[in-house]
Amino acid sequence: MKSGKKKNYNFIVGGTITGLMLIFIIIGFFYTPYDPNAMDPSAKFAGISLKHLMGCDNFGRDILSRVMKGAGTTLSVAAGTVFIGTFFGIILGAVTGYFGGILDEILMRVNDAIFAFPSILLALVFISLLGSGTYQVVIALGIAFIPSFARIVRSEFIKCKNMDYVKNARLQGAGHLRIMFVHILPNTFTVLLSAIMIGFNNAVLAEAGMSFLGIGVQPPQASLGRMLSEAQTYLFRAPNYAIFPGLVIILMVLGFSLLGDALKREE
Amino acid sequence: MKYAGKKLLTMFLTLFAVTLFVFLAFHVISGDPASSMLGTEATPARLEALREEMGLNDPVLVQYARWAGRFLTGDMGTSYSYRMPVSDMVTDKIPVTLTLTILAFFMMVLISIPLGIYTAKHAGGVIDRIIYIFNQIIMAFPPFFSGILITLLFGRIFKLFTPGGYISYEKNFWGFVGYLFFPALAIALPKAAMAVKLLRSSVIGEARLDYVRTAYSRGNRTNDVLYKHVLKNALIPVVTFLGMALTDMIAGSIIIEQVFSIPGLGRILLTSISNRDYPVVMAIIVCISLLVLVVNMIVDMIYGLIDPRISVE
Amino acid sequence: MKRKGLKSLLLVFVLTTLAIALSACSGDKEGENSSQITIGIPQDLEDSLDPHKAVAAGTKEVLFNLYEGLVKPASDGSFIPAVASAYEESEGGKVYTFTLRDGVKFHDGSTVTAEDVKFSLDKCADTSAGDPLVAAFSNIESVDIADEKTIVVTLKEANTEFLAYMTTAIIPASNENPDTNPIGTGPYKYVSRSPQENFVVEKFDEYWGEPAHIENVTFKICSNTDSLVMDLEGGSIDMFARVTASQAAELSDQFEVLEGTMNLVQALYLNNAEAPFDDVRVRQALCYAIDPDEIMMMVSDGKGTELGSSMFPAFSKYYMEELNDTYNQDLDKAKALLAEAGYPDGFSFTITVPSNYQPHIDTAQVLVEEFKAIGVNAEIQLIEWDSWLSDVYQGRQYQSTVVGVDASNLTGAALLQRFTSDAHNNFINYSNASYDEAFDKAIYSTDDAEKTKYYQECERILSEDAANVYIQDLPEFVAINKKYTGYEFYPLYVQDIAKLRLAEE
Repeated sequence: MKSGKKKNYNFIVGGTITGLMLIFIIIGFFYTPYDPNAMDPSAKFAGISLKHLMGCDNFGRDILSRVMKGAGTTLSVAAGTVFIGTFFGIILGAVTGYFGGILDEILMRVNDAIFAFPSILLALVFISLLGSGTYQVVIALGIAFIPSFARIVRSEFIKCKNMDYVKNARLQGAGHLRIMFVHILPNTFTVLLSAIMIGFNNAVLAEAGMSFLGIGVQPPQASLGRMLSEAQTYLFRAPNYAIFPGLVIILMVLGFSLLGDALKREE
Repeated sequence: MKYAGKKLLTMFLTLFAVTLFVFLAFHVISGDPASSMLGTEATPARLEALREEMGLNDPVLVQYARWAGRFLTGDMGTSYSYRMPVSDMVTDKIPVTLTLTILAFFMMVLISIPLGIYTAKHAGGVIDRIIYIFNQIIMAFPPFFSGILITLLFGRIFKLFTPGGYISYEKNFWGFVGYLFFPALAIALPKAAMAVKLLRSSVIGEARLDYVRTAYSRGNRTNDVLYKHVLKNALIPVVTFLGMALTDMIAGSIIIEQVFSIPGLGRILLTSISNRDYPVVMAIIVCISLLVLVVNMIVDMIYGLIDPRISVE
Repeated sequence: MKRKGLKSLLLVFVLTTLAIALSACSGDKEGENSSQITIGIPQDLEDSLDPHKAVAAGTKEVLFNLYEGLVKPASDGSFIPAVASAYEESEGGKVYTFTLRDGVKFHDGSTVTAEDVKFSLDKCADTSAGDPLVAAFSNIESVDIADEKTIVVTLKEANTEFLAYMTTAIIPASNENPDTNPIGTGPYKYVSRSPQENFVVEKFDEYWGEPAHIENVTFKICSNTDSLVMDLEGGSIDMFARVTASQAAELSDQFEVLEGTMNLVQALYLNNAEAPFDDVRVRQALCYAIDPDEIMMMVSDGKGTELGSSMFPAFSKYYMEELNDTYNQDLDKAKALLAEAGYPDGFSFTITVPSNYQPHIDTAQVLVEEFKAIGVNAEIQLIEWDSWLSDVYQGRQYQSTVVGVDASNLTGAALLQRFTSDAHNNFINYSNASYDEAFDKAIYSTDDAEKTKYYQECERILSEDAANVYIQDLPEFVAINKKYTGYEFYPLYVQDIAKLRLAEE
């Protein structure tokens, strides 16, 4: 494989994008050029200028400031969601894929049940049970995300558990847990990583959708998904309103996925 | 035969669990069909009378049993909001969602399999690099953002279709398929990008294994080895993925249906949830679950076909 | 064997696709040469099509074209005879006598009889389900058929505004499925509907009055209102009745944008029973804190009509413009009032906003900013419409909410009755003895000038009491392709399609 050069590219580009995004978000926590919620009637739909680098939205709010704040919110919600989904997805998928049998059957059927359960309804149930707050959305979405991760991990485990290296490990007396999480799990990263990327992206948007139900980020607080959906109405009048939040989401996901690819090839 | 019977039983149990959960969920959330039906004109007395009439005051399990009993005899009930037979509504919309999904699925397969094999065979080449970059960018695109961009680009600028100009399949089938082409593309692209990546890495990973080297050392030609041995094994994760992608598309075409104003199952499901119209919600969920279950079963069977070591038992 | 399995699977796939294709191909027909229009509506008619049971405003505005009452509202706010050709009010508004028009036909071809009229009115007055379908019908003593052509409605208490309720649709007693098979006497008749897709009507050829101009009308559901501009420009719809100010600005000159008002009272409705809004000084402070002009500037490019009480200008007789000045923005006064009420450092509260209508959400966002200036910290909580109905409107479990309240008919009571202490729809829990008294006097007064005086008294009390933080009557922008003309605004929430016609005619 002549991938020496490629690896570097991925690492450099991915690392740079991710690094810049993180710096951008961290700065946003402490400083934004304007108060992200302050309205200014005179700056309504102001274009891109030195004063407002990304222009202003329909309330004359500075888009750059809102993107900085919103990126932080979105990152934490999406990361939390994907974390819950992946964590429980790996455990479920590993156990069911590795052991198989009746446990597998039961868990996968429960999984199917959750999968078929509309996430909006799930979110509404959470509002009723937990009350409506910003972070309930992480739990609701996380749970909705578990089945897809679990299925991926499970099929990888089914594929791997009969492979020679697993048999070897077993002969050497490795316990089930060790085989599952030390030997097989690293081999599923390739597949898992792409799923995480997509999951991250879905979480960003699902969060925007959920806020309409009353859980998730509520206006006027900024989140990228919400900005994107609100900007749709003004697509022609103020394309910059949609483009910048969209661009930040794309860069965020792109950076992570390049970085992930680079790290994966490192092995 | 025993296998099929077992599958059917588990399928039935899953459906039972899903419908029961959904029913309980409706019981937990605020708002009920009666208050939805009376809207702002509700008075406490009318609400109470309607609840009594609809049987909403009975214990939830009794209500569930009543619903399930009717459903099993083939009576899906009447929609609370539309007051029309649920079966009419569902059968009217299934072709829409199914066509959209199948269209998107074929697009995904047509794009991803050739590209995946090509990039694996020519790993490291210029085209591989270009496709890689494209893949990464497409995967990073939020689905409805790409929906908007496709509408803008192909609808507004190139005028290849009329945004919002959905044509009913009963009126003009090819017009209908034509309208669904771009929405299907919006669904297929990100999935295809993932599939290409997956197939590529899967083929490369498989090609490194011992048996492949053995095959080469026995003097087999590259293409023979690739198609006979490598691809077969490399397809396992891809089949899983394709199966998942298909179920994803069935259950998740809601966003795209929204962006492109397509009146499919997803749209009906959303509005019925917010109208607390659970006969409709239940029927659609049963439909979607059935489709998902069938797809999963097919995926399981294909595992067995590709790799006899994986037994379906 | 195994290969075969794979192949046959594929085959099944292809065959199903084909089967769908073929079964769908069979129903192919087009009607091109007659005039037609496609009108976008923001939400489907997820409702009964029975005019007496339909509750959503979006359903009623469409059904307006299918049904008529004994009288019907005109665009100037007066009543014109419809199914009845004449009416007479006697005994000071206690007895109403209607003469049926000759030869009025239902859409199914049958002729309207006195029995049908009695059936329709009795149905709405029926109290077997708790309360009558039309609340005001509890005032009906009896509906009598005097002769084949004459119907006499006798009231328990004289009410000179009762004619407004006689717009209640007349439907045939013989219709067994009014919920899904609407039969009325209006200028358009029902053809078909497909959930979330469209609702189709066509011109009723045997209509008694001036016939509709356009033959085929399709109401197309455009639930994604964000793409309206594209839908209009792309030609998939010809008209949309409620585009936003910014959408209107984006439309090309192929479209005409007519500006009217929505005829509703948009306000920050306060739960008067809950602290701190049980204190009139707190409510007044909020009124002093806001500037409706700024809100209109932000939300709808400065369009809209400022309101100071629960009455909008379309009710020209009752509307009092001077109430807009009861509270002009005065932050010092607001802070002083808050301090007086025991909140020198402000307080926090939640604004619950139904998430299905963006202008309300936008208004709430501006309010949050405006309240910050007096140290009051408001938080927005979006909520699904049906949860809003049950939690806020019926359950009254909320602190404040931004919505628009409309009038179901052309009486002052339609807007003002809900604020009487024991009204079932008094969702703000407002209670004021002098208000109740003024309202009672207004409703039972048989003298028009006196009635107006008392209604205005009610409005004044609401304003001075700061029952709610009144904001505006939202602007309504109707975007219509220039191929069509003749659109008329009504003081009610309806779309009169029969008046539309092709521009070159």
